[in-house]
Amino acid sequence: MPVTIKVKSLNKSFGPINAVRGISFEVNHGEVLGFLGPNGAGKSTTMKMITGFLEPTSGTVEVNGFDVLDNPIEVKRSVGYLPEGAPAYGEMTVKSFLNFIADVRQLTGSYRQKRIDEVVDIINIKHVIDQSIETLSKGFKRRVGIAQAILHDPSVLILDEPTDGLDPNQKHEVRNLITEMSEDKAIVISTHILEEVDAVCSRAIIISSGVLMFDGTPTELIAKSVRNDIDHAFRIITTTPANEKRETSAP
Amino acid sequence: MSPLYAIYKREFTSYFVTPVAYVFIVIFLFLTGVFAFYIGAFFETNQADLEPFFRFHPWLYLFLIPAISMRLWSDERKSGTIELLMTLPVSITDAVIGKYMAAWSFTAVALALTFPMWITVNYLGSPDNTVILASYIGSLIMAGGFLAIGSCISAFTKSQVIAFVVSVVICFMFILSGFPMVLDIFQSWAPQAVLDAIASFSFLTHFTSIKKGVIDIRDVIYFSALIIFWLYVNVVVIEAKKAS
Repeated sequence: MPVTIKVKSLNKSFGPINAVRGISFEVNHGEVLGFLGPNGAGKSTTMKMITGFLEPTSGTVEVNGFDVLDNPIEVKRSVGYLPEGAPAYGEMTVKSFLNFIADVRQLTGSYRQKRIDEVVDIINIKHVIDQSIETLSKGFKRRVGIAQAILHDPSVLILDEPTDGLDPNQKHEVRNLITEMSEDKAIVISTHILEEVDAVCSRAIIISSGVLMFDGTPTELIAKSVRNDIDHAFRIITTTPANEKRETSAP
Repeated sequence: MSPLYAIYKREFTSYFVTPVAYVFIVIFLFLTGVFAFYIGAFFETNQADLEPFFRFHPWLYLFLIPAISMRLWSDERKSGTIELLMTLPVSITDAVIGKYMAAWSFTAVALALTFPMWITVNYLGSPDNTVILASYIGSLIMAGGFLAIGSCISAFTKSQVIAFVVSVVICFMFILSGFPMVLDIFQSWAPQAVLDAIASFSFLTHFTSIKKGVIDIRDVIYFSALIIFWLYVNVVVIEAKKAS
């Protein structure tokens, strides 16, 4: 399987705070990578660097062979991205918003209309298509965000908490959608819901305080816990080393 | 469709899906009328020209243009849509120009809707229509200058109120840079050459010459350079502050 995303010793600091420290990993075509970690661990920051929104302090990100700093436009063309909180232009209707994305992504002709129809159908937003986005519920806003991300059928999909704020049925739909799409894409999702990792991810990465703590399959992750419990494994990995770090950094 | 045009189109239509456009246009038309007829004494001067109408444009723009430009970037930053915009395959330069051109086009629409003034003066007398045309062009270019300042300032802050107030102050200094209240600040310490340079920045001076019907290449260069400078700073600011 060809490597699609290559992250090499990525660092990001905001002033004195080191949000991401020396993270390296690769994502192959056909993989669904689950990005786990406590709040403020650096998940979103890493995703923002992969999508070219943030510039890394050091380290490199390559998507489909393009360096994100040298060829940002090429990278952005092949990536679909759902930012945290699914921001969208509230005053626009769902339809005009998707048309805007299609315009910017330069989709043309019959393919353009076909993709819009397909995505509206897959994401199930047909009945709100003429509603302005600010009047939608949280779940629908999230779905519009996903629709926007997959509109151009990208080979790389980066979804920051795609199931946050969805009800159990919607979560189920989104997970199915991710599984369906995973065959011909490289997908990275961040989540707080650990069952999700087992359900949709082929690999999991755990970040804590900006440091990569675990990289392996969900089965390997579960095996970290003597109780065979993924929650327990997550707690072991994210709490123990962080405590050690606190002790060593104390004066 | 190029990404720049896509951004332009979205931004331009966004004025008209909210009441912003209609409120702005009505107030603009009302105020241009009030200034021209009452303060400018359009009838009493008994001359068939639109000088009393154009004379107050810098002062109207001082408050109305920052009201248009304040949301250009601060709103993107506040609502987080800047993250969406900056991860689409668009360069920052394209995004800045697209949004700026949309705001400028909107101003052009508002300005074009003052055409009853032009009809009135043609009905009452026989004015020099080339002077009026030059004045319209000059007014539009000047509006472009105000907008470039406002667009750049709105990139600095997430707060539209701050963007508005700071833009008004900076635009005010550009209007009055040939006047003592601005020059006095520099008088005591800056050399004469600097004072002359500052004085030559005045929007009023440049607009006054265009208003007479003479589109001098130097005035056009002045406003073009001003617009390019502020939009360039705008790009730099977005680059640096998009994620903060």
